[in-house]
Amino acid sequence: MAENIRLMQGNEAVAEGAMIGGLRFFGGYPITPSTEIAEILARRLPKVGGKFIQMEDEIASVGAIIGASLAGSKSMTATSGPGFSLMVEGIGYAYMAEVPTVIVNVQRGGPSTGLPTKVAQADTMQARWGTHGDYIAIALAPQSVRETLDLTVRAMNLAEVYRTPVTLLTDEVLGHMREKVTIPEEGELEIINRQKPDVPASWYKHFEITPNFKSPMASFGDGYRFHVTGLTHDEEGFPTNKSVEILAKLTKLRNKIMRYLDDICQIETDGMEDAHVAVYAYGIVARAARQAVQMARARRMKVGQVRPITIWPSHDKKYKEIFSSKNLEAVIVAELNQGQLVYEVQRLVPKHVEVISLNRFDSELITPAQILNKIKEVR
Amino acid sequence: MAQRSDITHKYLRAKKKFPNVWCAGCGIGIVMGSLIRAIDKLELDRDNVTLVSGIGCSSRLPVYLDFNTLHTTHGRALAFATGVKLANPKMHVIVITGDGDALAIGGNHFIHSCRRNMDITCILINNQIYGMTGGQFSPTTPTDSHAATAPYGNKEYPFDIPKLAMGAGASYVARGTVYHVTQLDQLIYDGIQKRGFSLVEAFSNCHTYFGRLNRLGDSVKMLEEMKKNALPLKAAAKMPPDKVQGKLLTGVFCDVEREEYCDRYDALIQSLQGK
Amino acid sequence: MSMTNHSKPDKTGASHNDSELIDRYEIRLSGSGGQGLILAGVMLAEAVATIDGKNCVQTQSYGPEARGGASRADVVISSGEIYYPKPMQLDMLLALSQEACDNYYHDLRENGLLIVDSHLVTQVPTTRCIGIPFSQLARHEIGNTMVANVISLGAICAISGVVSEAGLIEVVKRRAPRGTEEKNLAALQLGLVEGKKAKDRIRL
Repeated sequence: MAENIRLMQGNEAVAEGAMIGGLRFFGGYPITPSTEIAEILARRLPKVGGKFIQMEDEIASVGAIIGASLAGSKSMTATSGPGFSLMVEGIGYAYMAEVPTVIVNVQRGGPSTGLPTKVAQADTMQARWGTHGDYIAIALAPQSVRETLDLTVRAMNLAEVYRTPVTLLTDEVLGHMREKVTIPEEGELEIINRQKPDVPASWYKHFEITPNFKSPMASFGDGYRFHVTGLTHDEEGFPTNKSVEILAKLTKLRNKIMRYLDDICQIETDGMEDAHVAVYAYGIVARAARQAVQMARARRMKVGQVRPITIWPSHDKKYKEIFSSKNLEAVIVAELNQGQLVYEVQRLVPKHVEVISLNRFDSELITPAQILNKIKEVR
Repeated sequence: MAQRSDITHKYLRAKKKFPNVWCAGCGIGIVMGSLIRAIDKLELDRDNVTLVSGIGCSSRLPVYLDFNTLHTTHGRALAFATGVKLANPKMHVIVITGDGDALAIGGNHFIHSCRRNMDITCILINNQIYGMTGGQFSPTTPTDSHAATAPYGNKEYPFDIPKLAMGAGASYVARGTVYHVTQLDQLIYDGIQKRGFSLVEAFSNCHTYFGRLNRLGDSVKMLEEMKKNALPLKAAAKMPPDKVQGKLLTGVFCDVEREEYCDRYDALIQSLQGK
Repeated sequence: MSMTNHSKPDKTGASHNDSELIDRYEIRLSGSGGQGLILAGVMLAEAVATIDGKNCVQTQSYGPEARGGASRADVVISSGEIYYPKPMQLDMLLALSQEACDNYYHDLRENGLLIVDSHLVTQVPTTRCIGIPFSQLARHEIGNTMVANVISLGAICAISGVVSEAGLIEVVKRRAPRGTEEKNLAALQLGLVEGKKAKDRIRL
């Protein structure tokens, strides 16, 4: 059997993807069920000249990766719910200061300390609205170990291209599950590095508002000597109280993402053309959905599936198209929480389409049988 | 003085950022002058200097200076600085912080930065109060002093900053005051030169809040009090303990050699890469 | 809201009449914490995935129960794509403790096969059961109780055929702690022999 085929854990795949994507800095704090990511990167990063540091808490971890990113390193941290809650302060800073960072949240049961070793998808909304203020979040969610690897690389790419934090939402089952993975060949996955300025230092504006809303990013030490702050700032980075500059800054934060939904948003659909019922689920639950859809089709039911790979931002237009499929009568939204994305779906379906919530929050996965039963109830 | 002023102006973002936010007579500007003179004397390449700060009056300092400057969230300057330094060990990383920023909300990062011994210089401007938010008591407000949130006197005990830093493992610990400027220049100069974590406490005045709420007079009066109350460690060593009681000890509290974090990490990289 | 208990599969749901499930084999290795069952599950999965070339997903139960209480590793094997990563109805259950046998027997499908440690599991819930004294064999034949898990892998291979003998040999070599390769390989061979004997005995 080929060398590049391995039995790999989801958390290992994050580390593998990070190495492939060019990660050079990881700052983190141990927390179940994400810790394997830190452990593997502690071993691997120094071998390629990268840096690993275990910080004193999650607040410090996200601070350190922001600092490292500003110094020019591709940076990442990994955590789980309670740690993510501590990180949102720093993540908010990274939105405001437009610092490329990747935050992996291996979701576990909550609220609070909750269930360290059990699966949940209850941080879905936190990934969108975790920190205070207005911003557009990017969050990606894989369903398999190999996709975890691929989306880790993609999260790093998106962070660098759009100068923003990107959250990778996995979960306890995916993080600890082992699966056959073909390690990508060198050059198989696209790796994107941040765009550096090519103007003289006196012309450089670290937060320049350009026609395409993408601004080149110098690193500390490159000779540009810019200012970075979490205060609302002008294009040079200096704090401002002028409403015209405030408007420009916050509009830029929005537009730099919303103008590129077609690039950022990945949605997988299957059999939606003639589906009477659709199952909408992300991450590990999408696999139960896929199984249930196969079982339903074996019973000659017309069932489709929608799987958001990019959880945030929502590509409203695309979803509206998908859900306006002519025969569609109902959408089952299956989530490992008490109902979060279901409100997003409700907002995007035509009036005559029923939205049915299928929730599980007893620390176990939603089973294909549960989804199949729901499908049968609709039919 | 004229010559000194020239040096200062060389490093200011004069056209962009002034006037500053500080009250007339604030000691933070004096610390800024000392920092500039120390950096100038060390002839550091300013592209390779990063100033990192948190939130508060003192943390506004970096924005006025023409270096790489990073104004972070409250208490987290040292955490951000740790990332900058480890990612680029050639960078001279200087953290400007205050008593509330470094010791209350950032207390955890402070002790762990001391312990980790990364080559970061932390200038902690101690004015014994939260100035920016209007005079609430801080971890260094003396017991029974008055503050906006201690209207009947502060019931808590203050941190002794040098002892805290030494206990946590800092390689270089010193205290100066904004009255004793020449000494402060030297302490910051030595702190930046020190390979390892160095902590320079710059004792300063907040006449606007701490002074007013405790009837200590204007900034001149507070500086005069600093002059009277400061006692160099060397002089204190020769004095009976009762005479030292209540004095503000100044000078170098500790200066030890410990292998620096980034050096140790680089050695690890070298050995793993078989160099 | 739907809240069914996962440990008791919903009989109205999946059945092996579903075409997608024909090419799917589900095994649970269960027992007490410390019996090396999660490692055995990983070894089984690794042999299937990296040497036999089939698709395979291995999951496990962590948490307080992994310390001394019931412990389990699940392996789903298919030559096609595996959608749902956890077992829906077990084809095979290995139980190395009475508690595990009692807890998980109900997850076995109608014609599923139960393999127990005949020394540790004295009350079996079905006659469709193979008993092999794994722990006793480990102690007396190999001289190390720690290899009971590897003996059971050999038996699973001989009885189910879902994993190749060559695959297991390779993975045991890879994964055995240094200096214990011989013992572990001997344990695997013993398991293969005992498994074959048991299979002939019961004539499934």
